[in-house]
Formats: sequence, C-alpha cells, structure tokens
Amino acid sequence: MASTFAHMMSGRKAVLALAGLSAGTLATGYIMSDSRSTAAIEKMKIYPPSADFPDLRKHNNCMASALSPAIYSRLRDKLTPNGWSLDQCIQTGVDNPGHPFIKTVGMVAGDEESYEVFADLFDPVIRDRHNGYDPHLMKHPTDLDSSKITSGLFDERYVLSSRVRTGRSIRGLGLPPACSRAERREVERVAAQALSGLKGDLAGRYYSLGEMTEEEQQRLIDDHFLFDKPVSPLLTCAGMARDWPDARGIWHNNEKTFLVWINEEDHTRVISMEKGGNMKRVFERFCRGLKEVERLIQERGWEFMWNERLGYILTCPSNLGTGLRAGVHVRLPLLSKDPRFSKILENLRLQKRGTGGVDTAAVGDIYDISNNDRLGKSEVELVQLVIDGVNYLVECEKKLEKGQEIKVPAPIPQFKQ
Amino acid sequence: MTKNCHNDYKMKFSTDEEYPDLLKHNNHMSKALTREIYDKLRSKSTPSGFTLDDCIQTGVDNPGHPFIMTVGCVAGDEESYEVFKGLFDPVISDRHGGYKPTDKHKTDLNFENLKGGDDLDPNYVLSSRVRTGRSIKGFTLPPHNSRGERRGIERLSIEALNSLEGEFKGKYYPLKDMTEKEQEQLIADHFLFDKPISPLLLAAGMARDWPDARGIWHNDNKTFLVWVNEEDHLRVISMQKGGNMKEVFRRFCVGLKKIEEIFKKHNHGFMWNEHIGYVLTCPSNLGTGLRGGVHVKLPKLSTHPKFEEILTRLRLQKRGTGGVDTASVGGVFDISNADRLGSSEVEQVQLVVDGVKLMIEMEKKLEKGGSIDDMIPAQK
Repeated sequence: MASTFAHMMSGRKAVLALAGLSAGTLATGYIMSDSRSTAAIEKMKIYPPSADFPDLRKHNNCMASALSPAIYSRLRDKLTPNGWSLDQCIQTGVDNPGHPFIKTVGMVAGDEESYEVFADLFDPVIRDRHNGYDPHLMKHPTDLDSSKITSGLFDERYVLSSRVRTGRSIRGLGLPPACSRAERREVERVAAQALSGLKGDLAGRYYSLGEMTEEEQQRLIDDHFLFDKPVSPLLTCAGMARDWPDARGIWHNNEKTFLVWINEEDHTRVISMEKGGNMKRVFERFCRGLKEVERLIQERGWEFMWNERLGYILTCPSNLGTGLRAGVHVRLPLLSKDPRFSKILENLRLQKRGTGGVDTAAVGDIYDISNNDRLGKSEVELVQLVIDGVNYLVECEKKLEKGQEIKVPAPIPQFKQ
Repeated sequence: MTKNCHNDYKMKFSTDEEYPDLLKHNNHMSKALTREIYDKLRSKSTPSGFTLDDCIQTGVDNPGHPFIMTVGCVAGDEESYEVFKGLFDPVISDRHGGYKPTDKHKTDLNFENLKGGDDLDPNYVLSSRVRTGRSIKGFTLPPHNSRGERRGIERLSIEALNSLEGEFKGKYYPLKDMTEKEQEQLIADHFLFDKPISPLLLAAGMARDWPDARGIWHNDNKTFLVWVNEEDHLRVISMQKGGNMKEVFRRFCVGLKKIEEIFKKHNHGFMWNEHIGYVLTCPSNLGTGLRGGVHVKLPKLSTHPKFEEILTRLRLQKRGTGGVDTASVGGVFDISNADRLGSSEVEQVQLVVDGVKLMIEMEKKLEKGGSIDDMIPAQK
C-alpha cells in the first residue's frame, strides 16, 4: 500500500536538508505547480488581493493580529504542492472572530508544506503563540528519553491522576482540514496496522467509529475514551469534520493506559494515562509507545512529519514542537483560593483547567494542571517542569494546611538559546 | 480567490479509494451517486474550479433523516448543473416529479395572468407571501464564492435596490454595520436573518466569512424584502397581512422585473436557462424558485383524516407558522405550493389561490357539521 504514496516520501536526511534552506527559496518553487484553470486565473485578475482581504476589525485571534494586506497580497495566489491555499488556512479565523479574553490561533495547516509556503503568516503567528519562538533563528529540541525524569511520583493524597498527550502526523498525507477521503483512510490503515504490532502492556485493539457495536460504544463512553464529531466552530469551519465518521477510530491497550485517537483533529493523538501520581511511569510508557509506533510505521516506509525548526508538525500551530500536554488532576482546596494562585501558576509556566478539560470549570477544588508551552522546550524538559511545578503546588497546599507561609516562585525562563 | 479545490492532487487516488461511504445515507444525492457516476465525474471541474466532491460534501456530511428526503448536493456556479449533469439530472428527476433532461421549463411573471386571488377570506387567511431566489450571472454561488465576489454581488444589489422608487423605495441594512436599534426593529418585523446553523448549509460552505457582504433590504412599506448573500445571491420576498394574494403577486412580479433590468444594464442579468429555469444553489429551488403561501386557520380541516391527501391532490404542502421544520400553532398552517420546476410562477400561485379557497370552503362546511366527502378534489 505504501507504494501508491512512495513518490511523496522523502528520507529524514533530505527533509533536514530542505528545512535548512530559507523559506523564500522553498516558497518560490511552489508557485510553479499551480493547477488552476484559465477562468480561475482570470478571476484572480478581476479581483486583486485587496478585493478579497478579510474584514478583521472585530477579530481577536493570532491570525488577525498578524495578517496585513501586504502579507495577504503576497500569499493569496500561492498554493502548496497539494493545491492548498492561504484562504483555506485562515478560513477558521475569519469565521470565528474570537473571544475578548481568550486568544485563539485562527489558522490551520492543510499539509506539511503550508508552514513553508505561507511562512510569512505562520511565522509571526508562531512567535505570538509560542512566547517569541522564531522558527528561522531557533531550533526545537526533541527528547523522548524518559530515564532523565526525576521525582516523578506525586503525593497521591493530592494528585488523583496523571496524563500525557501529544499528536503525530504521517508524512506524505494531507492534514485533517485538507485531506481527501482516500488520504484519511490511508492514515487509518497506516496507524491501525502499526498499533496492531504493539505487544506486552501495550497490546490492544482498534475500534472504528463507523463500525463499532452499541456495546463497544457504551463501554468506550463509560471509560471516557470515546470522541465525538466536533461541534466547536473552530474545528468545523476548518473542515475537520468532513465525511464524519469515515476513517475515524479509537485504539487503546488492554490495560486502558495507552490510547490513540485516529483522524480527529490530527492524524493521531496519543495519550498515556493512569490513576494516581506516577507521572514518571506515565511518561515512560508514553515515550516507549511513541517510539515503538514510529518503528512500526518506518518498517513499512512511513514516517512522522517533523523538522528541526518546528519539531512535530500538527494541524494547529499551537501544537507545534512537542504537541505535548502533560498534566494532573490535583486537589488544591486552599491554594486555589489564595490570591497568589494565578501568579504562581504563571511563573511555573503552568495552566489550570477544569476537570472536563479545556473550557470547563473546576469541580470540588480539583484542578487540571498542565504545561503552557509546546515549542522551544523538549518533551523531557516540559514533563520535568510539570513534575517540579506540581510538587511545588502540593508543597504550598501542605504549608497552607499548617498555616505556614508560601512564596511565589521566580519565573522560569523561556528558552535557552 | 474562489475556494480552491485541489482536485488534480486527488486524481492520484483511485475511485475506490475516494468514493464516499453512503451506506447509511438517505438523500437524493446518495441515491443517485453510483460508483460509476462518481468515477466519470470526479476528474471534472467547472471553469471556476468547483468539483464533484464540492457539490456532494453537504450530502456526505449529512446522511439525512429516515422520513425527510434532503437533496444532499449543491451547485457552486451556473456551470455545475452542466458539468455534473450525470449527478444533477437524476437528482432533479427524483426531486421534481420525474422531470426529464429534455424537458423545458416555463417562466411566466405576468401577474395579470393570475385569476382571482384578491378575495381570500381574511377571517381565515392571516397573511400572504411569495418568495423566490435569483442568482447573478458572472458570479459563483454561495458555496464557492470568494469574499471579493460576494462583495461585488452586494455592491451591485445595493445599487439596483437603491434606485427603486414609489412603492419600492427602501433602504439597505448591511449585517456587518447595522446599529442596535436597526437590529431590534428588523427582528421585531421578522425580517432579520441569522448566520445559518443548519449543518446542511454549513457543510456546503455557505456561512463562510459571515457576516461579510450580507444584508437585508426592504421597502418603506415593509411589503417587499430582499436578502443578500444568504443561501442564494438574492432571496426576494413580497408579503402583507390578509388574503390579497393577487396584490402580493403583482408587487412580486413588478419588483423582480425592475431589479432585473438594472442588473442587465451592468451585464449581470439573472442566471436562467430554458431547461431548469432560474438557476439557484440548491436543486430543490430550480425552475421558479417560488414558494407562494398563506398563513391560514384550518383547525377542523387539519385534523380531518383526508387532510394530507387533499394537500397532495392540490399540489400543496403544509408547514408550521415558523416556516420549514416547525409545527403549527393554534390550528394555523403555512400552506404553499409544492412544485418549483416544470410549471410557471403564475401556475404555481394559481394552485395556491384555488387550493386555499377550496380548503376554506371545506373548513366552513366542517364548522357547520357537514361532510366534505363530495368536495375532495381530483389530482391536479
């Protein structure tokens, strides 16, 4: 099966070489592969970029902050080698002006090349979203050596569960906003086949969304594993729900500690979790599982999308780099009421969410605490940061229980470059 | 730039790999789209770049309802109906009572040809309304058009509408820039349309860039209303309280003709051809695109066991007073023509006028405790 797509593959060395070239060189090359009709080209002349420039006056997202008429004018008529355009990248941000308090990203990639061809817009968005990380000056470190982790065992009187997630894209296949049905089905085949090769504590089973039985569906709901057709307009406007539920599914190991979502918001989302506070074991399984899946897809001639500027390539720019969110559900009844709570989190580079995930409220003083950052720090660094941070929070909670003083820690620096 | 469809790239995959899974689907598209037809049409694209996958996306994403048959495909431009004939012809035939690819459609907007219609009993008919849609030649349709095109449509429409005088003198309210006061007034008048929430429309890409270049125009008398860039380029509505359908239809025809003249002057007349009449986004609206109807009180007739049969024979359909997909309130129904393609505007409104008149007579008979068995009409 890989033979159909083999011509799109490039070895990791070739990719690294390409990534080393300037964005301008790559971008110029792609105008030549324009596949538009004469009528379409005529239309481009009747409507200059200024006629199509979106009205972003009431918008508040990273794309709207970065997109100037000059940038739009330069990029509007370009296409990636797969025929994906700028307008398609930004449609979600045009359709969803955003929230006055929460700054959404407002654009997505349709393929790996989007980040190159439309670099003039993606780069400032990436800088905005990732604390000033500049893809053209900096390199992103990848490190999945879990043996480097220290003190990864939390006090289970406070930490109820631990979880690490990331995403992976299969090089050569279009991303969820752009992929055709054939590409999406190929992602499913490649991923499910690789996962079926996992053994030992990682051995498990695949459940296709379209074909699962009612019983299987109920069980997956009870386990909190099942994902639904997206309802968020941020995702639907980006075209990620097309052809639902074709080629979507869930894989998990028999022990229910390693879970993979196929063709939801990314090609794959990989999740390692367990009850309790053994983050070290969760991360160890995470790294082992990821490396094993990578080995299995490489056996068949596939690889993950990755480069040294942006790390792992995912659909949303917010997930570039590690794509990693490591977090815990932790009880912090006293600390959460302390006025310094937000500042402590900010300095530790952590974020809080309710236990239902993003956009939910905390229930019973239990918070979801995880890393803020994704790009510019390695997986090991980020997980260690979460471990150290959560340990600090638990220490604060214990101090407050005893009526002792707590301190706001010094802010952790952004990047070492 | 119009929405890009990167079709050439998809041609690298086989038909089997790309053919949608329609096993659980129930819409006109899923019934018509065989693997063979998909294979034949998937390499094609209209001159503006709209492809088969673009036409059918809404039908793939919305499997449909076991009882209600949705259409499941849309046009992206005038040429879609030609280039993808292989799909649209069977869909049109299925939706429009066996209409053949060789059939010709009659257009008749001479309001004088309507007989009667000025005397529907106002004790029963609360309001009368006629609506249609129009697409402007030279622009692609809402599923496909770019912001530049949509704004071009809006500009032309504003010019055309603002030049109207007399009973048609009115004002345009762009959705983007209306004041709170204007918004409240338009809501109170039941004129304001919202960003579509129906997944049928969203999956077809019709809500892109909302509310850019969308707006509402109405005359000072509030009897003639035009929606710009909602589900079609233009939706034109003539209405008033009471039962004078003749007057509503007159104003409808006169207003449409005046608007058309102005668009023609700019070399952007309405999309029309003698096979499918007025070309609109959804195949269900081809032909006249006309829905003429009344809100009418039929508490007794509506509970009569033969009500549905009577409607079918009269070539009419019922809806609740909130419009499509709503229930009736207080025995008041929205009764309108069922047909769009294969009969003219005059013919369709005539059916409404004659049919509603008959149903009111039936209602009155039932009120007196009589039977309506000898009044059941033959199939029209």
